Amino acid sequence: MTDLKAKIQDVFDEPACDKNQAKSDKERKKGCSKPLTPGAAAGGCGYDGAKIVLQPIVDAAHLIHGPLACEGNSWDNRHAASSGPQLYRMSFTTDMSELDIVMGQGEKKLWKAVRELIERRAPPAVFVYATCVTALIGDDIQAVCRRASEKFGTPVIPVNAPGFAGSKNLGNKLAGETLLDHVIGTREPEISSPTDINILGEYNLAGELWQVLPLFEKLGVRVHTCVTGDARYNDVASCHRSRVNMMVCSAALVNVARKMEERWGIPWFEGSFYGVRDTSDALRNVARLLEQQGGPADLIERTEALIAEEEAAVWKKLEPYRKSLGGKRALVYTGGVKSWSVVSALQDIGMEIVDTSVRKATPEDKQRIVELTGEDAHMVDSLSPREMFDFLREGKADVLLSGGRTQFIALKARTAWVDINQERHEAFAGYDGMVELVKKLDAAINNPVWLKTRKPAPWEETYVPAAASAGEHDLSRHRRKFAMTDADDIGEC
Amino acid sequence: MNALSPVARSLSTNPLKTSAPLGAAMAFLGVEGAVPLFHGSQGCTAFALVLLVRHFKEAIPLQTTAMNEVSTILGGADHVEEALLNLKKRMNPKLVGICSTALTETRGEDFEGDLRLILTRRAEEMAGTEVVFASTPDFNGALEEGWSKATLALVDALVPAKAPTSLRLVNVLPGVHLTVGDIEALRDTIRRFDLEPVFLPDVSQSLDGITTGEWSATTYGGTTLEQIRSMGGACATIAIGEHMRDAAELLAERTGAPAHVLPMLTGLDACDDLVATLTQISGAPAPADIRRERQRLLDAMLDGHFYFAGKKLAVAAEPDLLLAIATLATELGAKITAAVTTVSGSRAIELTPADVVVGDLGDLEDLAADADMIVSHAHGRQAAERLGVPHLRVGFPIFDRLGATYRTSVGYAGTRGLIFEIANLFLSAPHGHAPHTHEKEHTA
Repeated sequence: MTDLKAKIQDVFDEPACDKNQAKSDKERKKGCSKPLTPGAAAGGCGYDGAKIVLQPIVDAAHLIHGPLACEGNSWDNRHAASSGPQLYRMSFTTDMSELDIVMGQGEKKLWKAVRELIERRAPPAVFVYATCVTALIGDDIQAVCRRASEKFGTPVIPVNAPGFAGSKNLGNKLAGETLLDHVIGTREPEISSPTDINILGEYNLAGELWQVLPLFEKLGVRVHTCVTGDARYNDVASCHRSRVNMMVCSAALVNVARKMEERWGIPWFEGSFYGVRDTSDALRNVARLLEQQGGPADLIERTEALIAEEEAAVWKKLEPYRKSLGGKRALVYTGGVKSWSVVSALQDIGMEIVDTSVRKATPEDKQRIVELTGEDAHMVDSLSPREMFDFLREGKADVLLSGGRTQFIALKARTAWVDINQERHEAFAGYDGMVELVKKLDAAINNPVWLKTRKPAPWEETYVPAAASAGEHDLSRHRRKFAMTDADDIGEC
Repeated sequence: MNALSPVARSLSTNPLKTSAPLGAAMAFLGVEGAVPLFHGSQGCTAFALVLLVRHFKEAIPLQTTAMNEVSTILGGADHVEEALLNLKKRMNPKLVGICSTALTETRGEDFEGDLRLILTRRAEEMAGTEVVFASTPDFNGALEEGWSKATLALVDALVPAKAPTSLRLVNVLPGVHLTVGDIEALRDTIRRFDLEPVFLPDVSQSLDGITTGEWSATTYGGTTLEQIRSMGGACATIAIGEHMRDAAELLAERTGAPAHVLPMLTGLDACDDLVATLTQISGAPAPADIRRERQRLLDAMLDGHFYFAGKKLAVAAEPDLLLAIATLATELGAKITAAVTTVSGSRAIELTPADVVVGDLGDLEDLAADADMIVSHAHGRQAAERLGVPHLRVGFPIFDRLGATYRTSVGYAGTRGLIFEIANLFLSAPHGHAPHTHEKEHTA
């Protein structure tokens, strides 16, 4: 427990996090987790966050030490894709029973489970996750893992991020610490080149990584591994020899980027593959940093040529959609980096952004939105489900772009919805991904189903259609009434 | 037949179980104006919520007491109180159904005592909202146990003891494996006997998925509190599934009216038992259209038996659902070569025409090497893919198919539908007309 406390303090005091740096010393000490309000919270827990980060290591076994719900209710629920091994999609848990808990059998059970798992599946590594109950009864998973690694000759890695430690985001960071403590730098790469890079915080959801890998291939840049999309354990263990780290997904793994720079001198930058401009910027940054690291001298030149070629091609592909999507209004409801990435992408094809949420965004993210949409940027901190429903029901947006949690608010309001969150089945990264997103938007907004389903039943004379003429509705005035309570808390698909 | 529990298992591979608090939440969701509240860390709620949304394709009201490390050590009564007040203020529900979790049960709290104190202290603020508590630690049982405990808690807290006041009113306690479609079909059948059923829980009115133009923060339908209170005056209680026995017996005690626990409603014999029971309760003979449904089922069994005969089915499901599927398949000449369930001790296991293993989907896959079909919830898809056999999705969760809530497999018509579904899966499985496969073909 004291180890965990120290780790949490450590990840909260993140010098590379601008949000953290803007705080006073006293505020910083409190950490960045907001206290949750009972009866008004439903985000994921620390364990959830840790598993999101580590599970895409596809050849490893992931063993959850706890009672049934932690794993039984959550396994195989994402679309982090694998190009080969499927072991990560299998579920392994100690399924702690009442008797195990009362009799203090946890550590013994865990030991046997690890042994059985290694004997039967022979994975290159086993990740062992603590959960609330096993942390509460004091099971020492670190000791069990250390002993098991020695005895079985397979790395057995303790992931100490029990659910009640904090939020999903904290769990992301604790998983990053796990990689830094036990994995990264423990092996040497079989091949290494002056153009090797890592992508941190990319999980290959719906296979998005495969939309951008061809771009790097064309430049002769080798993506050694993602941390951790479609990753192999050995590649993550040896990723400290790469020359540049690109960090995506806002600040989830900023601790990994910064500490890899400290330990191995790997420069990093934050970027995104969502939208045309962001993709081009990401490629430029990779080329610039690789050149500084002694990469090929003509890389920047070749990168600019590729960008010119790809951008020309993508605009040509997008052109037809200016007509069908130009002037359509989008409500963008997601967190962090995706807000500004998506905003710029939609504006590129002439769509209007009626509101965008900035719940998880950093001050820098917010500044980007102001730059993109002008001083009167429509930013909302959070909307309650009812507020969002009324907004859509009154016809103030043609489409909601959000995560699965708010999907049914849009559908019940008979409004188009496109999934841009991490549980989605569609891949929207890179230039090709942008075309996919626009195709998807067109298919969603211009589907005849909206006209059909909004039409009153012809035999229903008393039906009153929704007031489409309701006055201007300034959502930015809504303050959050409950910490962490908003439309996103009602469900996730 | 026999429950064979693996000895001293340490590693569970690909869990079959869904947690008990989730089952309890589903039962509370079958009450109108309700919101279930998990007493645990917020992740317990988030995972359950995601699974419910993926299955029902609906927004689901579900909340958490958001326990953290410190409150777990110091005790969670403050969090329960704050959660209740916040829910009251934000949603004004008619019912809050509290489900404990492994976290709070491991610590060990006097939930009922704490709750009594809170409700006394906050009587004014909480007026107009019933609060019902079910003890559902994740480390005990699975979906059926949670559902059963929550239903029992609802009956215990809300049904007053009184003598039968209506000779038409029948209490119906559906098991967790009954879908929206199943409940609708059963309600229709009971009404044809001129009886009026009250279902508890009734997800057919709260999780059926309707688009109305309104937004509801709590469940938009389900059994009303008024209906629950009226259950004390019913002339009989029918429970579907062994896991509803406790609640049925409590209702029998409260009403003084007989309780009929029907193990299942799928298969010819089970449907006949239902009709016999309804005939007995109502004193009326089976109406003509029900007789016709039976004749249609007989025809479907005759048409369908070709595709079942000699087939080997590997089934993994909670005890009462396992019993229903295994019974139907066996009635048509198939063999249950692997049967896996979640818990030991249910009478449904004794009735199941196969040896039953208490285990997980990993066990099912090991036992199903020569099976012709996998029957399980959606997570069985990995096993079915690896084994290269068709996969019939039953139970909860089914997140990769639409319409799971409307699938009907009870009664004569529902059984007929399930026979066709299974037969069609066999028919559409890839098979050529090479000489060695030809003997499997029996089409007219």
